[in-house]
Amino acid sequence: MHITLRLGRSSDEAFSHQPSAISSTFFTGIHSVTITLNHFSAALVFSFFASIVFGITHRDNARDMVRYGVYCFAMFLGGVFVAGWAMWILKR
Amino acid sequence: MANSTTEKSKAVPAQNISAMTVLAPAVGWLIPGAGHMIQKRWIRGSLLFVSIVALFLLGLAMQGRIYKANGGDILDILGFIGDVGAGGLYLLSLAMDWGQGAIAFATADYGTKFMIVAGLLNFIAIADAYHIAIGKKQ
Repeated sequence: MHITLRLGRSSDEAFSHQPSAISSTFFTGIHSVTITLNHFSAALVFSFFASIVFGITHRDNARDMVRYGVYCFAMFLGGVFVAGWAMWILKR
Repeated sequence: MANSTTEKSKAVPAQNISAMTVLAPAVGWLIPGAGHMIQKRWIRGSLLFVSIVALFLLGLAMQGRIYKANGGDILDILGFIGDVGAGGLYLLSLAMDWGQGAIAFATADYGTKFMIVAGLLNFIAIADAYHIAIGKKQ
């Protein structure tokens, strides 16, 4: 999992080589935070949080919530692998 | 006499339920998970808060773009509807002028989708809080 976390002021040298779209982050004027996720790690983070919400909102008791959350997470990740392999086959 | 007392005692809970059916979704929209918390579903509310806020903040940190109200491209309108679901986070982002950069690379596009999905997930959480308020769900 590749996560790059950059901390520093927007005007710091660390950002001087980057285009303005990167250096003007959401903490402009205080500290800039830039997180770079690759496609898989982004899908992993997305799946984790979305599964929690799905589990809580789609089931009535705690046990079913956990089970449904795990099921959703597995389906998300399974979908990522299936789509990945499908694209690999189409590319060949 | 006895009948009027009974009617009064029935009227009070009915009033509370109707107030909660409006309050829970409203508070839940403004602060993700708060609609559950005011109904004493602390763990559920906390998990919803952490999940939705984390997705939204990660989206901002990935240089995602916030959509403003617009009447142009259909995808921009849908993006705006998704973002609005995040409620207080969306209003805070507008006030602080966050998320206004152009989507120039893949990570920024992921971030934009993260924020839209955070808003859409909050809509689901709001509906869930409403169902709890009307007694459809425990």
